Amino acid sequence: MSQHQAELRAEGRADQPVQSQDGMRDRRRRLGKRRRDEHQMVPDAVFTSYYGRPVVKASPWEADIPAYLFLGGLAAGSSLLGAGAGLTGRPVLRRAGRISALTAISVSFAALVHDLGRPSRFVNMLRVAKPTSPMSVGTWILTVYGPLAGVAGAAELLAPFAGRLPRSLRMPVQLLGRLAGPAGVGSAVVAPAVASYTAVLLTHTSTPTWSAARKHLPFVFVGSAAAASGGLGMLLAPVSEAGPARRLALGGALLELGVEHSMEASMGITAEPLHQGAGGTLMRASKILTVLGAVGSLFGGRNRVAAGLSGACLVAGSACTRFGVFEAGQASARDPKYTVVPQRQRIERGESAGA
Amino acid sequence: MPSLSGPLHDPAADAGWQNPPPRKGFFTDTSVCIGCKACEVACKEWNGVPDDGFNLLGSSYDNTGSLSASTWRHVAFIEQPAKPASSTVSLGMPSTVKPGEAMNPESAVDFRWLMSSDVCKHCTHAGCLDVCPTGSLFRTEFGTVVVQEDICNGCGYCVPACPFGVIDRRVGEQGQKNVGIAQKCTLCYDRLGAGKTPACAQACPTESIQFGDLDELRERAAARVEALHAQGVESARLYGDSPDDGVGGAGAFFLLLDQPEVYGLPPDPVVPTRDLPQMWRHAALAAAGLLAGAVAAFLGGRG
Amino acid sequence: MQDLQNSDCIVIQGSNMAECHPVGFQWVMEAKKRGARIIHIDPRFTRTSALADHYVPLRAGSDIAFLGGIVNYILSNEKYFHEYVLAYTNAATLLREDFVDVDDLDGVFSGYDPETGMYDTSTWTYAGQDDVPAPGSRTEPSEPDAESPGGSRADNAGAGGTGEESEVSQSERGGGHELGGHGAKLKHAEVQRDETLQHPRSVFQVLKRHYARYTPELVEQICGVSPEDFLKVCEAVTENSGRERTTAWVYSVGWTHHTVGVQYIRGSAIIQLLLGNMGRPGGGIMALRGHASIQGSTDIPTLFNLLPGYLPMPKVGEHDDLASYLDTIRSPGQKGFWAEAESYTVSLFKAYWGNAATPENEFAFHYLPKLTGDHGTYQTVMDMLEDKVEGYFLLGQNPAVGSAHGRMQRLAMARLKWLVVRDLNLIESATFWKDGPEIETGELKTEDIDTEVFFFPAASHAEKDGTFTQTQRMLQWHHKAVAPPGDCRSELHFFFHLGRKIRERLAASTEQRDRPILDLTWDYPLDAEGDPSADAVLREINGSHLTGEKAGQLLNSYTEMKPDGSTSGGCWIYSGVYADGVNQSARRKPGREQSWVAPEWGWAWPGNRRTLYNRAAADPDGKPWSERKAYVWWDPEQQVWTGHDVPDFPADRAPSYRPEPGTPGVAGLAGDDAFIMQSDGKAWLYAPEGLLDGPLPTHYEPAESPVRNPMYRQQASPTRQVYPRPDNLQNPSPPEEPAEVFPYLFTTYRLTEHHTAGGMSRWVPYLSELQPEFFCEVSPELARERGLAHLGWATIVTARTAIEARVLVTERVTPLLINGKQLHQIGLPYHWGVGSSALVTGDSANDLFGVTLDPNVHIQESKVASCDIQPGRRPTGPALLRFVADYHGRAGISTETGNTLRTPVATGAAGSGSPAGSTPAESSPVESSPVESQED
Repeated sequence: MSQHQAELRAEGRADQPVQSQDGMRDRRRRLGKRRRDEHQMVPDAVFTSYYGRPVVKASPWEADIPAYLFLGGLAAGSSLLGAGAGLTGRPVLRRAGRISALTAISVSFAALVHDLGRPSRFVNMLRVAKPTSPMSVGTWILTVYGPLAGVAGAAELLAPFAGRLPRSLRMPVQLLGRLAGPAGVGSAVVAPAVASYTAVLLTHTSTPTWSAARKHLPFVFVGSAAAASGGLGMLLAPVSEAGPARRLALGGALLELGVEHSMEASMGITAEPLHQGAGGTLMRASKILTVLGAVGSLFGGRNRVAAGLSGACLVAGSACTRFGVFEAGQASARDPKYTVVPQRQRIERGESAGA
Repeated sequence: MPSLSGPLHDPAADAGWQNPPPRKGFFTDTSVCIGCKACEVACKEWNGVPDDGFNLLGSSYDNTGSLSASTWRHVAFIEQPAKPASSTVSLGMPSTVKPGEAMNPESAVDFRWLMSSDVCKHCTHAGCLDVCPTGSLFRTEFGTVVVQEDICNGCGYCVPACPFGVIDRRVGEQGQKNVGIAQKCTLCYDRLGAGKTPACAQACPTESIQFGDLDELRERAAARVEALHAQGVESARLYGDSPDDGVGGAGAFFLLLDQPEVYGLPPDPVVPTRDLPQMWRHAALAAAGLLAGAVAAFLGGRG
Repeated sequence: MQDLQNSDCIVIQGSNMAECHPVGFQWVMEAKKRGARIIHIDPRFTRTSALADHYVPLRAGSDIAFLGGIVNYILSNEKYFHEYVLAYTNAATLLREDFVDVDDLDGVFSGYDPETGMYDTSTWTYAGQDDVPAPGSRTEPSEPDAESPGGSRADNAGAGGTGEESEVSQSERGGGHELGGHGAKLKHAEVQRDETLQHPRSVFQVLKRHYARYTPELVEQICGVSPEDFLKVCEAVTENSGRERTTAWVYSVGWTHHTVGVQYIRGSAIIQLLLGNMGRPGGGIMALRGHASIQGSTDIPTLFNLLPGYLPMPKVGEHDDLASYLDTIRSPGQKGFWAEAESYTVSLFKAYWGNAATPENEFAFHYLPKLTGDHGTYQTVMDMLEDKVEGYFLLGQNPAVGSAHGRMQRLAMARLKWLVVRDLNLIESATFWKDGPEIETGELKTEDIDTEVFFFPAASHAEKDGTFTQTQRMLQWHHKAVAPPGDCRSELHFFFHLGRKIRERLAASTEQRDRPILDLTWDYPLDAEGDPSADAVLREINGSHLTGEKAGQLLNSYTEMKPDGSTSGGCWIYSGVYADGVNQSARRKPGREQSWVAPEWGWAWPGNRRTLYNRAAADPDGKPWSERKAYVWWDPEQQVWTGHDVPDFPADRAPSYRPEPGTPGVAGLAGDDAFIMQSDGKAWLYAPEGLLDGPLPTHYEPAESPVRNPMYRQQASPTRQVYPRPDNLQNPSPPEEPAEVFPYLFTTYRLTEHHTAGGMSRWVPYLSELQPEFFCEVSPELARERGLAHLGWATIVTARTAIEARVLVTERVTPLLINGKQLHQIGLPYHWGVGSSALVTGDSANDLFGVTLDPNVHIQESKVASCDIQPGRRPTGPALLRFVADYHGRAGISTETGNTLRTPVATGAAGSGSPAGSTPAESSPVESSPVESQED
């Protein structure tokens, strides 16, 4: 069969040259790029597609969303640390946790709104409460969590100025101060949900790599959240107070690394995007940073500098995890292989949804 | 709480409509499609959908590429040298012949040109509808799935949720019609309300696109497949007609002459919501784990 | 059209029905659902092929050989419908002794004059045409064997065919050439018949000898079709023809746009007559017209040489008075409906000039302009180049893109003083003066062009009342749905007010030459927007009684027309569209509420008949050939013809009726003269008169072809109209050397997504996005041979110019084995043009063609020509001219190249290498035949 005949075959890779020759649509440029990748990777994955075009659509989301996932986790963990520190008399860690939570959740909220096609219509999310829509569930979780974390954080921010405030403002600020404790604890109770629902946000899609990770991703995400917030605590709090942060970070890192490993092992071909392309790079960076951070906090945790560096590594590692998983999913949606091959295998195994 | 997956006879009632009309749908018989694209044009004319760009794609006569926010009917063109049926589904030799070709198997050109008009499947269990956080996507009294343009806030969640890659967020300069809003086939909800046939089916010259009550269409389709098999077109098969499939059966289903992926369709689509309870359980477990871990972090040891 | 659903086999050849007539194609799909066999024969695998049961690729321009092969198969295997052929065709008629067929004259029929490139057709006619018989004398076949049983059988079966006098064919040929609507006229119909079909000079035997050469092997050699594929088609059509089954043939411009296009159609006519498929349900030959109401524009013609209803345009000198004019339409005492030509003509003049048309002034016959020669579109364009034409109206036509040799079209329009363009959009023909290709090459400079262009935005069909007359002669009324936007106006509005203004200017004139305009009936009721009533126009076309007690009433049929000026009617064949004072064309009774013939949907001329010559659906005795195919039959009880359709026959004419010899008019038709408009009541397997390029189809190569004609020395049609001019150069074709400079064939066509030259589609985003760019379709083999990349660019070159197109490499195009050599064909859709106004633009495929015409109808050969193709984009600016000039040099092209009508005797040089060098024709002693000596 000639090159040109090959181009016109509706065969998976056979028609790729058609794709790569046309740069007129970004979709197509992506395909062109993807083709080169594909040649490096599984050259023997034979599957049929329509001119190599995607079967499912990749989400229209951009960096906002992985940032939102990361910051949400960071906020959640920080709230837990803040509350714990409050209850166990660790003022610096408490302050760090509460302020971090407020900052992270604010930015993450901004990112979420910014990603909307019609940001002005964010409030439409409050029209309904749908358990089938993780985004709806998440919106309500944030609606509960946000104000609590906000009160706790605001109190910490205003405390230093308490003395210098005009008379008129003293009363509300004192009230805020008194509410901070309960609010902090309240936010800590909701926080875990903030950290884990974002996993369902991704897995409840037809994006092959996300969907295939549905059993494991929540654990990866909470682990990542723990590692990030613990790391941040180590960075911001003196070693004398940072013990719980260290332990949280360490436990989180181990959980994330462990579950992530078994997750990839369970995903079959859809794990490929976690090893290749942008997603692969980010996931590799995430592993390295997380391991460094874990080791560092284990052995250098009581050294202020080492603790700070380890903490930074863990925060960065957690960010890489979220961006990595996000990018891998996007890539898996753009390549029909990851949609067609697993479904074909399912049919061949007689496990098709229709069967 | 509506059912999340599996067979469901009346999705409209399941969505809370009081004694709704019979479920409406499309049966697209690709064996008689002549690739005229009248459906694409009629759809855009009626629904005021903008053009999708003037690009020669080099994929046979398909220059719109795929379903998108600005292409709600898409005609696929597959130029196919006749080849043995794929190993995955054993259809036997006749599947290598052109439609109606069985009467004279050794044709001058062992080649066939498949054409198929794709459209939103209006699933019994619609991923896009399930994940919509605003309620913009809703189930109509006709059992179809429609976006309410004035409510959608463009969160884009429905896009990756669709197992068929149908719905998309319209890109373009802000201010242009519905830019930033999820768009897809409405099965001409406005025409249905007026007792009319959807624009694409109305325009189809060869009755490749048939509109009607879903139950009746399914019977018609089964008969058509039998007739084609009798003519020796063994490769004819239905796609999306079974209530037992991963989306509980599609409101718009197809008669295909090759495997679904050849047309850019998923071979075994599943609505993500089917696994949602499991996902929530794992998420709850993980959350509890985090809480426990945090507690342990404070209780565990001094320092 | 919907009759196709009754076919048992449908052969689509020279047509891409699914793409260009998708709505009509529903009936093909319906037939397929009912089990009919669908066959598509075409150079390209199209959307039609995709839906066909069987696709046969053949070389563009070789259809006559393919059809000839089928005729030979039918005759040599005795698959013809004997009863039908004997009763309803001229198979038994004897020809003159001195008719000589092409094989004996090396590629020309007897009577060819190489000087004029035309035939003296006198030797083609029937035997006995010279001796005028005593009036009324019944002809006895002069041949002894006519006394045989066969001869006596003539008296009961075919006698109706004898002893008849000439009548005029209503004739598809009305489509254009000088014979116009009055068609072929035998001196008289004293035909001699041999009912045994054995006489060597009988049409049947001549046919057998003529087609004997068209073997499956020859078909393979010329068409590139394997004998297996060819025989598969032969078997399909013969197995699906006869008493119980019928086969339909469908063609469109893939057949007509050739120098021998008329003979293509004759070829299928011969097949359908031999198989008995004419005039029967599910049979016939379906001519798909190019687009909406093209049929209407030949019925009420936009052609220079016809008047409404296929009445010919009078000529200077020949037709100085009404009598001499009428005599060329019908000879005295002839029978059939044309005998009433005077009624039709006078009624037309009464419609034109009303009271100013009187018996005293020959009903104003002298008002009619008279033809001085060829005023066809291409001749007119060349006259523009010679500054013989000052002004030009373009109405819904875009010649800068849609006509052959676009460059000549544009250069010619640049010589006009004024140009009126009425169209929906600013088409290339309205903007060539600022953005045409010649501006880029420097051949034209905007500031040097004196042409004043007036653009009038036109109303679309949804914005005005009126009728379409579609492919099947059916008039369908369309109502104005919305008012035209802005300055858009209907054609009717434009011409009425143009006429009104001219008449106002001339009102004071006393000049005789202004009377034809001043005396016109120009009084149509206007609506609020000043739009004339289309309904009033249709009533005028239908005609009405002017005097007598019926005065003012509308005619119910053309049979009511009178030659005394007591009736009017704008187009006799349309008379009846307003029968009973009802607009019959506006009827829209749903098909499910009436018979499948749907006689109450619209109105078809003549007399609402849906199938012409449907008398042939019954046997000579008036019984249906079979119950399955019953359509129109004789009811012995009621003594009338009846059936599903309006019988195309005098309703009360019994099958057994035999007229007194010499009976004039309709009364002269015998009870079994199924083909009531033919000169001898018989369908013509062999055309004794009327055609200018031969009584039988015979294979000639296209005017430009890289292939040598293997049949005889004559390469291309010896009567094609050529224009040897420096601005109309032709590629060399064998035996001319070096033909290999242009080694490929190309053909042009339409896509579903666009409309002809794009005026209605390239301004519409929803259509433009579906086919956004001009492309060429090539086979993977050719792509490899020339290094063409999928989606890359290619430059296609002919002697006229070079154009560029994106490349689509596709297996839908297959190289063919011709004379054992691989021949590549290139496909080019012709929708795009160079301009700045449309949403999508591109080079125009029609720029590649030169002007070479069919002699019968002046149609250009624009479905096949030779070319070269190279990878990459074409040169721009003056470099393009140098690029093409370089090809001229390499191919040694002069104005004589390709324009020599009679292919010269092969010299060793020319002959060597060319396949003809080995054909018997070349070595046969015909060089010394008398005809040859006339040439030398």
